Amino acid sequence: MNRIENIFSNGKAFIPFITAGDPSIEVTERLVHELANVGVDMIELGIPFSDPMAEGVVIQAADNRALSSGTTTDKIFDMVRRIRRTCDVPLAFMTYVNPVFSYGSERFLSKCKEVGVDAIIVPDLPYEERDEIKPYCREHGITYISMIAPSSKERIGSIASDAEGFIYCVSSLGVTGVRDDIGNASADMIKNVKLVKDIPCAIGFGISTPEQARAMAKISDGVIVGSAIVRIIGQYGKECIEPVMEYVGTMLAAIKEEYR
Amino acid sequence: MDKGRFGIYGGQYIPETLMNAINELESAYKHYKDDEDFIKDFNSLLVEYAGRPSRLYYAENMTRDLKGARIYLKREDLNHTGSHKINNVLGQVLLAKRMGKSRVIAETGAGQHGVATATVAALLGLECEIFMGKEDTERQALNVFRMKLLGAKVHEVTSGTQTLKDAVNETFREWTSRINDTHYVLGSVMGPYPYPEMVRDFQSVIGREVREQMLEAEGRLPDVVLACIGGGSNAMGIFYEFIDHPQVRLIGCEAAGYGVETDRTAATMATGRVGIFHGMKSYFCQNEYGQIAPVYSISAGLDYPGVGPEHSYLKDIKRAEYVPVTDKEAVEAFEYLSRMEGIIPAIESAHALAHAMKLAPTMDKEQIIVINLSGRGDKDVAAIARYRGEDIYE
Repeated sequence: MNRIENIFSNGKAFIPFITAGDPSIEVTERLVHELANVGVDMIELGIPFSDPMAEGVVIQAADNRALSSGTTTDKIFDMVRRIRRTCDVPLAFMTYVNPVFSYGSERFLSKCKEVGVDAIIVPDLPYEERDEIKPYCREHGITYISMIAPSSKERIGSIASDAEGFIYCVSSLGVTGVRDDIGNASADMIKNVKLVKDIPCAIGFGISTPEQARAMAKISDGVIVGSAIVRIIGQYGKECIEPVMEYVGTMLAAIKEEYR
Repeated sequence: MDKGRFGIYGGQYIPETLMNAINELESAYKHYKDDEDFIKDFNSLLVEYAGRPSRLYYAENMTRDLKGARIYLKREDLNHTGSHKINNVLGQVLLAKRMGKSRVIAETGAGQHGVATATVAALLGLECEIFMGKEDTERQALNVFRMKLLGAKVHEVTSGTQTLKDAVNETFREWTSRINDTHYVLGSVMGPYPYPEMVRDFQSVIGREVREQMLEAEGRLPDVVLACIGGGSNAMGIFYEFIDHPQVRLIGCEAAGYGVETDRTAATMATGRVGIFHGMKSYFCQNEYGQIAPVYSISAGLDYPGVGPEHSYLKDIKRAEYVPVTDKEAVEAFEYLSRMEGIIPAIESAHALAHAMKLAPTMDKEQIIVINLSGRGDKDVAAIARYRGEDIYE
């Protein structure tokens, strides 16, 4: 069965995001194993893109570092294949649509299946354009994760009824990045989702402190943390594993009782 | 998937956060484009403020010198703010006001679209912020100060290649963070639907005027219409009226930089392939993994790795042709028109002139070429001097 279905079976989910190849494929591979060992519920792997329109400066910089280190889509597929020999953690690709379209959507999703990627999140592919990728996901058994935002309003109905796996709730307007105040739009958004469909909702964008994670976990089924982790990777480079794991430990403790 | 398409091109590939803003824009545009008051206000501003209609000038010296087709220049350079950009901006800012927006944001490459946006925002009393690549703020320093004079805030974009593509990224990012009171005045026939269609419609006044003026002057339609193409708004603006007249050849001239065989080029049609970026499916310069390529042209306005989706469609159905023009050819045309006709063209428009200079001598004396002189060249004088090795700073 698809690994995505178990993400929310262990209390509130903690989903870290890292950019594949930042600062190198080797470091990313080690991070995935460490994160899996400590018990994160899923890992979101960003495929670096030259022009990440939905990202703030922190993840933009990570994309640059990954591309400069020679990371390519094929090298990321190879890395996932190596990881899957010993590691069963649910893995989702976060990628802009052009790297998929340019690779060939059919070929890309078939490769995802072959190496063991479970889900895909495409921030510049809204509901209306989902046929660009979603039919191939279905064909190859890859879960297509839909996003909703505070500005989605009445769109939530159609997006939710079509959604699978879980829904990625964008906490607030704007691009990714650490925020002091992530607002309280998510509670209403999630309420509107659940009116339409009983599907888990995870909140992302802006979450960095244990307090924020705890507050967001309370109103949702899980939290996604990207920029706060990527910032540590940016600061420590190939020495980032220890500080990243220390940070992830405090976040896990904030939302899961057994880590306290 | 069929909405807002030109063949397979176009679409709306943007983050969910922006979808309601785009849908709101689409319904507002569909409503107001047929609204009598809106049309009246738009046309009145085009005439009274922008100075339309722009002249269709018979370039007698150039015609005599090239010994071929009769050459006409559509003088968009004589519009207020010095380029065709004002046509689209007047339409969009009027629309933004009707939609109740109090703030406009825009990207700019050469600075012409930024200046036009800052100008109309000043006229109609809206707050204005412009995003411009750092490299472009350096090569177009005068336009930066011009925008500031007009009351706009100018943001230097330091991400990526620090040129037009990155300015577009940053303007989209800004829009994502503030949609309620803000309209994004996109400067070309690109981006997510409805922009490619809306910007084309606002620019199509160019081709309508050319048709009338040409019938008046020569009693017939031109044989060839030429325009430079980055995103492609001045080209779409002049082509659109002639698409249903297959006897009129339509030629878009894109920036080849050092040449299409080098990697220092911005010739999307010659070197790109189909992709999805900046909200649209179209041709893009990209590597085998779909990473958008860093592009280069002497012209900041054509220094863009993509092209509007309707152009991609016109290319595929072979209704329009697209040719690359190098920096060197464009600079020579820039100097040629200055000496020959006493008109200093924008370096962007000089790309279209350069191709006309190759084409005209191969045509009959009875035949007619119209070149869209999309902007004036004052902004480029210092850069061209530097290209020629003269150490002039603005």
